[in-house]
Amino acid sequence: MIEIENVHKSFGELKVLKGIDLTVSKGEVLTVIGGSGSGKSTLLTCINGLEPIDSGRIVVDGTDVHARGTDLNKLRRKIGIVFQQWNAFPHLTVLENVMLAPRKVLGLSKAEAEETAVKQLTHVGLAEKLSVYPSRMSGGQQQRMAIARALAMSPEYMLFDEVTSALDPMLVGEVLDTLRMLASEGMTMICVTHEMKFAREVSDRVAFFHQGIMAEIAAPEQLFDAPQHPETKKFLAATH
Amino acid sequence: MFNYTFHWNQALRSLPQMLDGALVTLQIAILSMAIGLAIAIALTLFRLSGNRILSGFATTWVEVARNTPALFQIYMAHFGLGNFGIHLSPYTALLVGIAFNNAGYLAENFRGALKAIPDTQTRAGRSLGMTSLQAFRWIIMPQMLRIAFLPATNQMVWAILMTSLGVTVGMNTDLAGVTQELNARSFRTFEFFALAAVIYYVIAKAVTLAARAFAWRMFRY
Repeated sequence: MIEIENVHKSFGELKVLKGIDLTVSKGEVLTVIGGSGSGKSTLLTCINGLEPIDSGRIVVDGTDVHARGTDLNKLRRKIGIVFQQWNAFPHLTVLENVMLAPRKVLGLSKAEAEETAVKQLTHVGLAEKLSVYPSRMSGGQQQRMAIARALAMSPEYMLFDEVTSALDPMLVGEVLDTLRMLASEGMTMICVTHEMKFAREVSDRVAFFHQGIMAEIAAPEQLFDAPQHPETKKFLAATH
Repeated sequence: MFNYTFHWNQALRSLPQMLDGALVTLQIAILSMAIGLAIAIALTLFRLSGNRILSGFATTWVEVARNTPALFQIYMAHFGLGNFGIHLSPYTALLVGIAFNNAGYLAENFRGALKAIPDTQTRAGRSLGMTSLQAFRWIIMPQMLRIAFLPATNQMVWAILMTSLGVTVGMNTDLAGVTQELNARSFRTFEFFALAAVIYYVIAKAVTLAARAFAWRMFRY
């Protein structure tokens, strides 16, 4: 379970998160929508401790992420994150990209890591690309590789930060299909996205962020068909 | 107007001796590069550490190595340290001096290379649970070495040529040292030094070409 309690976060003068309260249960698929600068991506990087917070608390399975003495490297093993820019490691083949962390962080043997990596790459449809360097693949393929790379750590939670935003429209579908598959397998996921149709389809709940505040959170039918908050209405009207 | 008769045979007869010297030259250059490389990686980590003492130490090293004559650096290793009771042989002093110089230049090379690697690479590694050192070792360093590789081959050539400064601290087994001794005995300065220059040229060129072949073979991505 991820528990977010009254989280505040600023970058210098700019207040990005202004008191976020949110709980995500095991197996839930939460999507977060909202305009640019609404704080939704920042929240994800705070959840796995890549960004510190100013006040409040984020607790993952009983571990306070931002407490002194929390072993973030250990915590991050169970929270996978995939970014808008997939950040493929260009000097490694697809297989090596996925094997690296299981070998170095989890200490798996080469054979074990390879088995895990092949399994995950097959899962996201890249079984044919094992020995290819990322630069030889499309953005969609690289993004799916990044998903496999995160999954190879056997995370319990997956955070997706606008993973289709930097993709050619033709390639968005294949990545969303991968996310749908994960959702159907019961992975606990928080997806920050601009894909409304996708959000409506896979989410258990949808949260709408506006200027650092979670303005509304509800089941997808309710949020999309009968939004309560005026800003949600405005946002949905503009994006439909 | 030139009343000089060339005596190339005399120089050519000494070729085996000079080639032996060339091997010593190459050996010092390779060792100084290996030591310099290891130190440069350490200096790079010091600069990235955020620790003011470590990064200050690294910056000072780079500044001194790059902005003082290599001759002084070698002199200091031999005579300068000698004043403090640390007596290095000409061979060791030459090696230490050039390694000091190499480390400074290579560390600066690495700094430039690091700028070309996006921060998000480290972030991606950290988000997979790696420590910052692991992310550096497995993600950043390989890319850094690739970017810095061809500029570093210039430094290797420079290291080969710098070994000739060893004559100033009494080095007499490397190519410059051997040539200098032959010259002192024969006064055939032009012939011996021209021949030595050709050997230096061939070594330097061979190293450059070998490095290119290596890069072509290694960096396939």
